[in-house]
Amino acid sequence: MGYYNTLLGFPNSGGKNDGFGVPSYWANFTNDKLEVTVGHFYEQFGNGLTLRSYEEKSLGIDNAILGARIKYTIVPGVNIKGLIGKQRYYWELSDGILRGVDGEIQFNEMIKSLNDNQFRFGIGGSFISKYQNEDNPIYNLPNNVATGAGRINIGYSGFNLISEYAYKINDPSADNNYIYRPGQAFLINATYSQKGLGVILSTKWVDNMSLRSDRNATLSDVTVSYLPEITRNYTYVLQAFYPYASQPMGEWGVKGEFFYKFKKGSKLGGKYGTTITLNYSRVHNIKKTAINDSTPIGTTGTYGYNTSLFAIGKELYYQDINVEISKKWSKKWYTNIAYMNLYYNYNVLMGTAGHDNVKANIAVVEATYKITDKYALKGEVQAMFTKQDKGNWILGQLEFTMPNWFFTVFDNWNYGNPDKSARVHYFNVGFGYVKGGNRIQLTYGKQREGVMCVGGVCRHVPASNGFALSISSTF
Amino acid sequence: MKKIVFVMLLAFVVSAVAYSQEIPQVQLKNLKGKVVNSQDIIENDGKPVMICFFATWCKPCIKELTAFSEAYEDWTDETGVKIIAVSIDDARSTNSVGPFVNARGWDFDVYLDANGDFKRAMNVNNVPHSFLLDGKGNVAWQHTSYLEGDEAETFEMIKKVAAGEPLKEEKVEKDSE
Repeated sequence: MGYYNTLLGFPNSGGKNDGFGVPSYWANFTNDKLEVTVGHFYEQFGNGLTLRSYEEKSLGIDNAILGARIKYTIVPGVNIKGLIGKQRYYWELSDGILRGVDGEIQFNEMIKSLNDNQFRFGIGGSFISKYQNEDNPIYNLPNNVATGAGRINIGYSGFNLISEYAYKINDPSADNNYIYRPGQAFLINATYSQKGLGVILSTKWVDNMSLRSDRNATLSDVTVSYLPEITRNYTYVLQAFYPYASQPMGEWGVKGEFFYKFKKGSKLGGKYGTTITLNYSRVHNIKKTAINDSTPIGTTGTYGYNTSLFAIGKELYYQDINVEISKKWSKKWYTNIAYMNLYYNYNVLMGTAGHDNVKANIAVVEATYKITDKYALKGEVQAMFTKQDKGNWILGQLEFTMPNWFFTVFDNWNYGNPDKSARVHYFNVGFGYVKGGNRIQLTYGKQREGVMCVGGVCRHVPASNGFALSISSTF
Repeated sequence: MKKIVFVMLLAFVVSAVAYSQEIPQVQLKNLKGKVVNSQDIIENDGKPVMICFFATWCKPCIKELTAFSEAYEDWTDETGVKIIAVSIDDARSTNSVGPFVNARGWDFDVYLDANGDFKRAMNVNNVPHSFLLDGKGNVAWQHTSYLEGDEAETFEMIKKVAAGEPLKEEKVEKDSE
């Protein structure tokens, strides 16, 4: 089922998304070892660096593959997948043909005597070929683009290490301004956890790693590779105000996250325990040098530039420091407080020029009071302080919940806008009804414009004013 | 933009769940990286099973699972229910799910659905979304979103399903649809 007209703010690429029809059809055969799918399907290889075909309804993203896929378990712990097909390009199909294989071996499952061993080890690899006929009158472009990746996971007790490296041969495209440089991406993720404690350290390095099944596509269209953001995904409105977006043309990032739960009955834990979350992330550009004195970096039709793995540039793209403390005080009271310090490279991340980069401090206080077991009142205050962009914001929200119903009112006020006439209130009221797998929500108010990002692609949501009705149903 | 804009979003999905009421067969991963089949993880000796879809970035999910976690021991003692938490975190945070869950001390079986295969097969649009399965593995009841105090209703349903009682309320609603 589809929509006659594309929803406001959803990607459309010149009317491609308008229309009505049956978007997906497939036939599937499954037994213990084998799964065969013919028709539309979604797939991810490893962390998605080489291939991720997925659907994100809220963002209007759906790059399903129409073709055939086989998944086969050779022996327990040894899995292979193979696929061929074309990607959905809204109601049409993308020009390029994708062929891919992925294999993974988890040794602890494969070798019986290691089944319960504390030490865990696995490897995997994937390969994708994209075929698209050359269509350029000036340059000789490759018809076939090959991308490969290798990955490894090592675990011992509460410790886990996951790493993946991907390499793509030269793939001149609209994303990289048609340069002939190959692409690379490297991820390392180390975690440690035990009951009550979790630590995560990650780093990633990306260079020219955008891959689409149509070399001329842009925005969120027909992406094949998926470059996960290394920064945390925030959900409080003002914390998510300036979201990070992966930079496929080059970025280096690092993240540290720490979770700790003060035990019930301890001094800081109180009767119900207290959870604290700390996280820090920092992202830079990568160091690029010109291929020779007379060719500027990134010139179309050239090799583009030189760089080397983990060559970190001087320009800061993004940094956040965040502390969050959740505490249940009694059967009636629960609070969550958060503080965040942010640096946001506006020009790079929003694709503008000459805009001030944003330095902001953001505070959030959320409190829930349970009136009875089934009736509760939640209040939330969020404030963002910044001298750049639109200045300071404050948001207040009240929400009353009772069995099956919720009522909400909030105001997001741009009280610190340097332009006094733009100090707008974004006031909203709404209510909803929830029963079983159904949820209906009606809100009325003013929606501010903003950016929603996922997997290295962002979508601009325009400002709107009026009613919004949302019905979600599972039956 | 002064224009009044109506936005209407209808997400209707009909699935195999509606016909067979059984859990579709989909591959998931456990926190150790092992590939598991969705139909194998719901084994619980004929006792009820709750499948809770969540994400580490979803505040209502954390509230719901924290509330379930606090009551879990009592619920299991009384009804034998097993809770399975399925994370829909994508590659951005898949690898953080283990430490996130462990730090909170949740005692549920946790599985990763990084590309949303199980989520799609079960027609989950938003998280949190929970399914209560009876001892035969059929979906007896489901619930989306989390409102404060919802755990009371959830436990009522678990008790009824464990005792093999019909869920009258749900039946009435289905007739009126």
